[in-house]
Amino acid sequence: MNRQLVTIVTEAALERRLIEEVKRLGAKGYTIVKASGEGARGVREAAWEHSKNIRMETICRPEVADAIMEHLSSKYYEHYAMVAWTTDVEVLRPDKF
Amino acid sequence: MENLLDPVILFFVLGLVAGVSGSDLRLPESLYETLSIYLLASIGLKGGVELANGDPGGMILPLLASIGLGMLIPPIAFAVLRASKRFGRADAAAIAAHYGSVSVVTFAVAMTFLDRLGVPYEEYVTTLLVIMEIPGIAVGVVIARLGKEKGGLALGRLAHEVFFGKSILLLVGGMAVGYLVGPDRLGGVEILFFDLFRGALAFFLLEMGIVTARRLADLRSVGAFLVAFGIAMPLFSGFLGVLAGALVGLSVGGTTILATLAASASYIAATAAMRVAVPEANPTLYLTASLGVTFPFNIVVGIPVYYHMALWILGAVG
Repeated sequence: MNRQLVTIVTEAALERRLIEEVKRLGAKGYTIVKASGEGARGVREAAWEHSKNIRMETICRPEVADAIMEHLSSKYYEHYAMVAWTTDVEVLRPDKF
Repeated sequence: MENLLDPVILFFVLGLVAGVSGSDLRLPESLYETLSIYLLASIGLKGGVELANGDPGGMILPLLASIGLGMLIPPIAFAVLRASKRFGRADAAAIAAHYGSVSVVTFAVAMTFLDRLGVPYEEYVTTLLVIMEIPGIAVGVVIARLGKEKGGLALGRLAHEVFFGKSILLLVGGMAVGYLVGPDRLGGVEILFFDLFRGALAFFLLEMGIVTARRLADLRSVGAFLVAFGIAMPLFSGFLGVLAGALVGLSVGGTTILATLAASASYIAATAAMRVAVPEANPTLYLTASLGVTFPFNIVVGIPVYYHMALWILGAVG
């Protein structure tokens, strides 16, 4: 059964808001790990509270993935350091997602 | 020169050297967080105990003075930044908010500076610190929103971010604990919270030096004007702080602390609040100004200067 994996790399400052919003849009779960890296907004080396990044992932139905991507691009892309993408994934228990 | 020969300052310089030279020295993140929680709780506790000792009636005028300074400094900073024609409204307002709010670590260094010289200060200075953290942020947010028609600002979330952020919560909570138990019932916690304070502060400043050194790389991108602003603004607000201290009758020590609070720029509470309230402002600008320029300037040069200003002005008055 095909599901979509949504991966979001962004500022740790957004963590609580994103959890709330992703769940509201229909995701049933998520995984967050601390991250560091470099991109258009400079090095996010996680050395300081305000330069910490997270990588958030959630597996969901395609329409939920679309809703999440739409929401992210309209609300956060302009002013926040954020990259998000989707991948097709196969899961064994589609009901779970 | 004598001011510089202090382990707290020298550890900061060591951190700067480590950062600039690209050393692999770093404090583990969890230790850094532990130390910052420890410092905030200690400052709160110490302030609370001293408040229990002292006469709170005398603090009304100094409290009003700190609120006044917190509200006065952001519009001045904003006007200067806008007049330079280099910053948009959002960027100028966000930077201004940082200068209206305070840096707890700078405050702690000013206290240890006075302790080392044996200069006494009023027992309620920690209350001034807590009170001054808020107005600058609030005024900065208002200035940033003025030019826009509609709000869309989650005020509840912003208030939560400011009042329940760890700095205010630990400072106020520590003060409450200290005030309730008073000096006689500390029962040994003073060994951890008071006696080890300077050593922990030195350790913390080592990490601050490393973090500051990383911001130095951004100095070129923010431009010479903002660097000059990061030095001139604290000198000016420090002078305002000295005048205010003299006006409300603080001692030389208390005036030095009030001036340091006025001069210091926040890089924790204000930064978190600005990211929520003014997301269109560029964090590199306000973080580099407050953390990369003003913080090291105050630690090394500013505090002794405010102390001498206080000696001079209070000497002239009294």
